[in-house]
Formats: sequence, C-alpha cells, structure tokens
Amino acid sequence: MERLRATRPHLFVGRGESPLAFVETVGNAVRLVALDRSALQAGLKPGLTLADARAQVPELEVFEGDPHADLDWLERLADGCARYTPTVVLRPPDALLLDIAGCTHAFEGERPLAADVEGRLARRGVLARHAFGDTAEVAHALARFAGAPAPDEQRAVRRLPVAALGLDADDGIALTRAGLKTVGDVMARPLATIAARFGEEAAMAVRRLSGDARAPVVARKVAVPVVVERRFAEPVGRTDFALQVIADLVADAATLLEKRGEGGRRWEAKLFRTDGQIQQLRIETGRPTRDPAVLMRLFAERIDGLADPLDPGFGYDLIRLAVVLAERLDTSQLRLEGGESGEGTQAGEVAALVDRLSTRLGRGRVRRFASRDSHIPEQAELMLPAAAPPATGEWPATEPGEPPLRPIYLFDPPQPIDSIAAETPDGPPARFRWRRTVHDVARAEGPERIAGEWWRRHDAAIPTRDYFRVEDQRGRRFWIFRHGLYVETESPRWYVHGLFA
Amino acid sequence: MLLARLRREVAGGGTTQTDARADDAWLTAGLQRAQLHEIYAAEAADGTAAIGFAVALALAGGALPVLWVRTEKDERQAGRLHASGLAELGLPPDSIVLVVAADEAALLRVAADAARCTGLGMLLVESRGRAPGLDLTATRRLMLAAEASGVTVLSVRIDAAPVPSAAATRWGVAAMPSVPLEAEAPGLPAFDVESLRRRGGPAGARCRVEWNRETRSFDPCPIQPVAQTALAGAGLPLVAGGAAARDAPASVRRSG
Repeated sequence: MERLRATRPHLFVGRGESPLAFVETVGNAVRLVALDRSALQAGLKPGLTLADARAQVPELEVFEGDPHADLDWLERLADGCARYTPTVVLRPPDALLLDIAGCTHAFEGERPLAADVEGRLARRGVLARHAFGDTAEVAHALARFAGAPAPDEQRAVRRLPVAALGLDADDGIALTRAGLKTVGDVMARPLATIAARFGEEAAMAVRRLSGDARAPVVARKVAVPVVVERRFAEPVGRTDFALQVIADLVADAATLLEKRGEGGRRWEAKLFRTDGQIQQLRIETGRPTRDPAVLMRLFAERIDGLADPLDPGFGYDLIRLAVVLAERLDTSQLRLEGGESGEGTQAGEVAALVDRLSTRLGRGRVRRFASRDSHIPEQAELMLPAAAPPATGEWPATEPGEPPLRPIYLFDPPQPIDSIAAETPDGPPARFRWRRTVHDVARAEGPERIAGEWWRRHDAAIPTRDYFRVEDQRGRRFWIFRHGLYVETESPRWYVHGLFA
Repeated sequence: MLLARLRREVAGGGTTQTDARADDAWLTAGLQRAQLHEIYAAEAADGTAAIGFAVALALAGGALPVLWVRTEKDERQAGRLHASGLAELGLPPDSIVLVVAADEAALLRVAADAARCTGLGMLLVESRGRAPGLDLTATRRLMLAAEASGVTVLSVRIDAAPVPSAAATRWGVAAMPSVPLEAEAPGLPAFDVESLRRRGGPAGARCRVEWNRETRSFDPCPIQPVAQTALAGAGLPLVAGGAAARDAPASVRRSG
C-alpha cells in the first residue's frame, strides 16, 4: 500500500515573497494556525500569538483562517485524485490518502505516479509532500514529519519525532520529558508501560505506526448521478415512439433511484437527432418523486408547452435521461395496500397541480409567498417559485379587533400622486389626485413612520417615509406616504403604495 | 348595540338593511361550495373591495388552500399581492399559490385545470376589463369542474359589465365607508354587496357588511356619515342625510 500526502492546500501559496500566516481566534488571543515555508524559516511556529509573531517578523502577511474553504479545496483536490485511484481518503485539514494498491500500472510504478501527482498540484500552485507507507497511519506520519532518508520504512518510522504519534500536546511533552524523543524510543519500551502511563490511545498509536494494528479507512464516496440512455441502431422517426422510450427510461431511472432511496426533483431528457441537433425537455417537481406516471404526465405537459413541437427530422439516434437533482425519498406503501401515497392526499394533489402548472407555464409563474426580515414594506416579502421547497418565515401577527394595517395590493414602485388640498404639517393630504381621479380624504390614520435602511447605504441620506391609511368619501382605502420629512426635503412628494380592501 | 340600532332602523323603515341574522343567512346561503360564483366590481376603483370580499368569502366558507390566478397585466398595473395585507384579512400566506398567467387564454387554461384539482379549497380567478374569454361556455365548464371536484370557484371581474354566464350566484361589490375608529381612523373593511343574480332563488337583496377577521364572519355595517370633522374641509355633501341623522349615536367614537 502506498500513500500520498498533500500539504498546506491553500490558494494563496506563491502569492508573494513575504512570509504568510493564517490566523484564528482562539479564546481571546489571535493565534497562528498555518504558516508558509518562509514564515517557518523565519522561526515562527503555529500556536504563536499574532502579536508575538509580528514582533519577530514585522513583514508577516496575515489571513483569516477559513477551515470550510480549506475543506472545500481539499475536496476538490480529492476529486482530481480520482484519476489515480477510486479510494481517496480525506484527512483534514491538509492531507489526502490515496490507496494506490493495484493502480500503479498506468504510471509504470509508484514513483512516477507520485511525481505526476506533485507535478499536477505544482501547476495549480500547491506545494505537496508525499510518502509511501504500508498502512495509512505510517504514510501520513512519514509525509508530515519527513526526515532524513532511511534504508527501509520501519527504520524511517523509528526516526520520526514523538509528535508523529498524533497524541495531544501534553502527552507529547510528557514523552519528551521522559527522554523519549523519537518513535523508535517509544517502540523500544514495553507497550504495557506506555499504556499505563500515557493511556490506551498512546499504545494504540504506537501499534498502528509499527504496523501491528490498522485503523479502518473510510474512503469518500461520490454519488454517481443517475443517467440512463438508449441508443438506436436505426434512427427513430416517430415522436410517440420516442415518448415511449422516455417512459421506459423513466422507469429504469426510477428503479435506480429506488435502490438508492432517492427521488428525482429535476429531470432532463435529451433527444439527439441524427443531424446533430439536440432537443431538451426539462421538468421539475416540488417534491422528490419516482412515479413514472406522474413524470410522464409532466413530460407530456412540457411537450405541449413547447413553442415548436418536437420535430424528429431524420430521426433520433440517442435518447438520454438524466436526474439532475435527486433528494432523499423513502419507500412508501402503495395506497392499494393501505399506505398513504403522496398522490392521494390533499397536499399531494395541490403539489401535483403546482408541478403541472410550473411545467407548463414556467417555473417563475407559479409562486408562493415568503417573508423576509425587513421593515421596508416592499422588501419584507418575496415571491418564490412554488416548485421550490417552501420557505419558512414568520408573518407579522395581527391584533384582534385592529383593522388591517397593510394593504392587499402593493405597488412596486409606488405610484406618485398629486396632493392638492393643503395639509396640516405632518398630516395627510385632504385631497389628492391619483390616476386622473380626485379623491377626498374622509378618514385618515397616521403617520406610521418607516425609516430607510441607513445601515445598507452609506452614500446618501434615505428619506423617511410617513405612511397614512386614508379612506376617501366613497370608502376606498389607500395606503399613501410622504417621501421625506419636511426637515429632510424641501417639498416632499406623495405616493400611493397600496390599496386596502 | 349594533343589533339594537339595526332594529331601530328597521322600525324606522325605509332602508333595505335587515336583521343581522337574516343577513348572515343570506350570505351563507349565497355561497355554496363546489360552485362557480361571480363577483363584479363595476368600477376599477372598487376592484380592491371585490377582491377583499372574495378573500373574506373564502375564509367564511373555510375554503383553503387558495389558488389565485391573475394575468401579468394585472400584476403590472393593479399592483402585486401583498401577503401581509392578506394575512391581516385572515388568509394565511402559506395557503396561497399565486399563478401569474401570460394572457387571458392562459388564465382560462389554468383555471380549468385548477378547478379539477380536488386538493384545493378555492380557486380565485381575477380578471380586469371585458375578458371576452369568460363567456357562457367557459363558465359552464368551470361550473361542471367545480361540481365534480368540490372546489369553490370565485370569478372576480373588475371593471366589467355582467354577461350571461353559468355561475350559481352573481354579486356586485363596491367599497363603502367604514365605521371609524378613534380619531377618525379608517375601520374594518366594509363592503356594499348586492346580490345581482341567484340560480333558483330571489335576487336583488342588498346589504352592507364589514368583515370580522376574528370570528370569520360578516357583521352588518351601517351607513356612515362622512365629512363631519376637521378633514371635511373639502366639503362634499353627506351620503344620505336621513341615514346620517339616524346614525348620530355612532358618533360617540369620534374624537373632537
């Protein structure tokens, strides 16, 4: 078995000549977590506080550590390493283990393979160190604490410092104080005494490095997207036959999804014509499904809704169906057998209708309300596609006995009105003109003052809005506002923003 | 108190306002589920009242969830739906699915499809202007679909004159001055409702109601005198002198 290890997978490597460090706030202190080579040469160590490090190396460049981004980067590197072996193990924060047993023949040996890995990583600016080992632990330790070359692996391991055991800092210091400087020193002692003094883990770590024990290796699994296709020896010229094939493919994909305990939410059928043109049919459902009947109904809707009908031309020679987005869907009992299938329930019916309409009219035309955390009326709520999973949000609670304080129609942008009759300062207009009609205000309530979101825009003062609920002589209720206070603006404009029932 | 006042009104004679209970019966009898009903607003400005009344009817009948269909033109010109406002009428925003159709033909197709969905409580079709597609054939189709599926279909037609249709009932709705709260603040939503047509029953009744969100019911609402306060500088005549005089006790809620 052989292992490789990539170190310090940061995008910033090779940015400049000055030493780099990544910091993290631990407790109350900002400490270094990772350093580049020149910083290490300057004598800095991970764990040092930033202030001390700056005192030693004033030109130190500092970045905020981002463990999530590091992990993402490592995942991407792992994706790339899939070219060498199917078994790639992530060892966060900075190591990758490749199980290359039986995978070296394409590279004529392990060393050319390692050189290839390092070459590829170097092209992306990643500095990597590698080591081979019989077990995952040995390879990891050798790569991390590479020392002078040794004749064989066992001896190389024995020369490693005790830190390579991967114990916590206190135990490491205790081992060093006991005079045990290298892994070989520790191995020379009877395991029982090590276990008695430093705990079971220390003994286990020693056994792992000496190859007596093995830790289980969990390789990362990448879910393969579900793609099914059918090729034809002779081009297929009939649309209904093509549809029949799509139905078969949907059934195939459904079987695959069922095995994985998943259901598809986005499906894409591609019809490849012999003349090279590709026609695409995409459908989307609000809930994961693998029911061929439902899916075929949606595909039929989609074909109905096409601007140009499906044209087979000289015929299709390949039809491919892909599940673009799959989500977890546990097997449910059929309604026939007493279970409650999603189709039969009331909510299921509505979801199916929403899917049908979204497929026919387009995703954006079928909408649901979602609330947002904002006090600006037009920004406090969103219209989201109803096919998307429902958003959770709080809606303002209503006071019993209060009339509605928000309109049922909202104009976005608000519509300007002419305030005709003179108004009292800070009061509503007595009469205004909107859409060429004059409205006489009979009742009014206000102002409800809504200030702009000054913390979002810094360039200019945002006028405050004074909202009034007004009712005209004939009982029409409006939500109007004055844009700006009199102290803010010379002559503020009036707008109607909504209509009440 | 309200009832007493109404009785007094009836005793005084002259108005169409009847007993509160009769009022309610009239409204509930008017709205049968699994039928097509039409709500007309003669003027564009009364459209909001018609929509509010339709939402209130949906809530009074407990017909949820609601699928709301309107056209893109409405969305642009008449303003978009405001969920907070609908919530304040009592309609939970989570129970609304809004479909914005490109044109009237798409609107009709969506309506025909949705009327067949048994999971829905109510289908609300909002149209503005003449909407020639909503003719006798289309409405009969909607009616049949509604009867089969149990969905109550409300066709709200704003700025349109009544045309022959297969609807079970037809209502005319207009905005109406509300009972003011303290300091002349606009009160609860109030509607002036007229039964224009009713299949198999008398029509022509007219009532003025306000919507009570808490009890999910309509309360009778007296005609309010207006233009009596400081705001009345514009000086319009009263709605009806007699009614205003009779309603004098209502003015205790008015401040100053």
